[in-house]
Amino acid sequence: MYKAFLIKYAEIAIKGKNRYIFEDALVDQIRYQLRNVEGTFKVVKEMGRIFVYPQGDFDYEEAVEAMKRVFGIYGICPAVVLEDQGFEQLSKDVADYVKKVYGEKSLTFKVNTRRNKKTYPMQSMEVSSELGSVILDACPNMKVDVHNPQVTVNVEIRNKIYLYSENIPGPGGMPLGTNGRAMLLLSGGIDSPVAGYMIAKRGVTIDAVYFHAPPYTSERAKQKVIDLAKLVSRYAGPIRLHIVNFTDIQLYIYDKCPHEELTIIMRRYMMKIAEEFAKKDDCLALVTGESIGQVASQTIHSLAATNEVCTMPVFRPLIGFDKQEIVDVALKIQTYETSILPYEDCCTIFVAKHPVTKPNIQVIKKSEERLQEKIEDMLKEAVETAETVLCEE
Amino acid sequence: MEAYLDNSATTRCYEAVKDIVVKTMMEDYGNPSAMHLKGVQAENYVKEAARKIAKTLKVQEKDIYFTSGGTESDNWALIGTAMANQRRGKHIVTTVFEHAAVSAPVEWLEEQGFEITRIPVDEQGNLSLDELSAAIREDTILVSAMYVNNELGALLPVEEVGSLIKEKNPETLFHVDAIQAYGKYRIYPKKMKIDLLSVSSHKIHGPKGVGFLYIGDKVKIHPLILGGGQQKGMRSGTDNVPGIAGMGEAAKIIYEHLDENTAHMRELKEYFAGELEKLENVVINGPEPSKGAPHILNVSFPGVRSEVLLHALEDKGIYVSAGSACSSHKRTGSASLGAIGLSPERKESAVRFSFSEFTSREELDYTLESLRSLLPMLRRYARK
Repeated sequence: MYKAFLIKYAEIAIKGKNRYIFEDALVDQIRYQLRNVEGTFKVVKEMGRIFVYPQGDFDYEEAVEAMKRVFGIYGICPAVVLEDQGFEQLSKDVADYVKKVYGEKSLTFKVNTRRNKKTYPMQSMEVSSELGSVILDACPNMKVDVHNPQVTVNVEIRNKIYLYSENIPGPGGMPLGTNGRAMLLLSGGIDSPVAGYMIAKRGVTIDAVYFHAPPYTSERAKQKVIDLAKLVSRYAGPIRLHIVNFTDIQLYIYDKCPHEELTIIMRRYMMKIAEEFAKKDDCLALVTGESIGQVASQTIHSLAATNEVCTMPVFRPLIGFDKQEIVDVALKIQTYETSILPYEDCCTIFVAKHPVTKPNIQVIKKSEERLQEKIEDMLKEAVETAETVLCEE
Repeated sequence: MEAYLDNSATTRCYEAVKDIVVKTMMEDYGNPSAMHLKGVQAENYVKEAARKIAKTLKVQEKDIYFTSGGTESDNWALIGTAMANQRRGKHIVTTVFEHAAVSAPVEWLEEQGFEITRIPVDEQGNLSLDELSAAIREDTILVSAMYVNNELGALLPVEEVGSLIKEKNPETLFHVDAIQAYGKYRIYPKKMKIDLLSVSSHKIHGPKGVGFLYIGDKVKIHPLILGGGQQKGMRSGTDNVPGIAGMGEAAKIIYEHLDENTAHMRELKEYFAGELEKLENVVINGPEPSKGAPHILNVSFPGVRSEVLLHALEDKGIYVSAGSACSSHKRTGSASLGAIGLSPERKESAVRFSFSEFTSREELDYTLESLRSLLPMLRRYARK
């Protein structure tokens, strides 16, 4: 029945002269997401609207699922496309459509007409009220409510006539590629994939860095992070994942610094390394999955201490989230199942039983002085020897 | 260099096994249940495999039933006999350190109302025969025990246990999980009074996904898998011809050179254990190396988490298995290591080395050399 999808993208519409950039990006992203869906699709901009036209047979469910992953889409409206064969034929088609979609249901409705083709012999209001009575005749259980209808039957009269009433919510946000690039610190946990998703949702292209510490973390833990990056890439597009071997740096810190400061110092160096990759990849910000107070390294004092080494802005989209709120998003974007796989690191060796929760930056810096001899070379080597994997589903 | 010391997890296939698997996939690929010639040819592979296996056990071919592997064999032996004999009694005897393929169905039966007695083991993994004997009652329908413990290599005195069970109650069935023992020992069910015997193919250089259950003549057992009535209605499903043919071939080969191969493994194991004991702070778990199975050696390296050691060895191309699962949030120790009463420190640092006829002295020397260099480094980094 449906011959087209009308794509709604509220937020973009207010972007003034830059509007075409956002629209073009959105069209690209829709095409990208539909690339593996059964069927062929034409995606076009037409007079302030984006339409997706399936060419011949296609998998409706798959197509809708794919479009639900395109940031920037607020609504997906499956539409019936009709030739203009006079108002009588239109009345018949509208009646058939409403019967087919809503059947015997008792719902309130209104008809909303947009007449882009000004040569059409009737006025919009007239079309709406005429079609309203047509629907009332066809479906005796439907009632008119022009203020708060449960169903809005939209009729858009252009060269062809578009008929739609369903609005499948999209993810919202902004089209990918319209807001630059950022570097995500990705671990195997629940939070960081969600953080990546949330920043990507604002139109930011994501690259990622993962710190691998064999033999304290396993090959499976690394594979899990690659799998997570692939899951996030279903929304965020292809992700370049830099896998850094962090073992030597970790052991060096262990040897030289006070045990209860290990985590904070480690995280500071992780941020530094991530920033190196960010510069190489033309990123303008770092992204982490931190949330205030979740663990010792995420107290406000610890966050301040890790933040202090960065020159780029650090985005922490989950900063005010409770764990359950993060889990809810992880479930929605289907990273949760992978995140909870039990390939936990044996990194506990590097976690003090009682880590500092209120690190003093001056004290930490003092401790770091003990690393002076080798740390710069080690950081350089870690960046140079990293392995880069392109993660894409 | 690569050293594969995880042969209790799985083994490399024999060349001849590969050949027969390929042949039954590419040439003689008929369905053994089909009426035509192609079916008959395929059926011959299945019959031939049963013949080869039956010969190693000195039993009749008709008593060999093919399954999807050791786990299915164990499940079937337990649940199938429990269901078929429950009117006679609902008491089952097993041990505290069975593989999950036995302990999980046993737990399920317990939930279904069967009474379970689990016999303890000592520090070497020896079963208390007195307690076993005392546990067998009028209503005991089944005793299930493993021949060689998969983690420790501890050995069950099968013949003695068999006699002991039948003396106490001739009606009690004796199931032996021989997954780590078949291909290492000569097992004669009739002589040892074994009624049911589980075997897995991929532990004896055969393909994965196939195994068998020997079911003695007079054993009452229900099928678990119903369907097209293959294998006399006892285990439906199209016969896994490549797997079965491959397993038959592997069984034949492994028993042809049994004595020299087990002697080879025993020699390697004792050598390896001897060298390990020269290192500082290394403890052998379970039976003494000269006792126990010839191919399994369980060792603790206190102060080093077994998973960390496993990954450090992996980095050098050495493959072993960790005695306990490590995770930063929960510590699920292994059943066997807990059952013999190891301290948490020994449990968390336990590693299993397991050998096969393909294992060489060079691999062990390379492993020893790697351990000598790794252990001091790994021990330096401990949680404070």
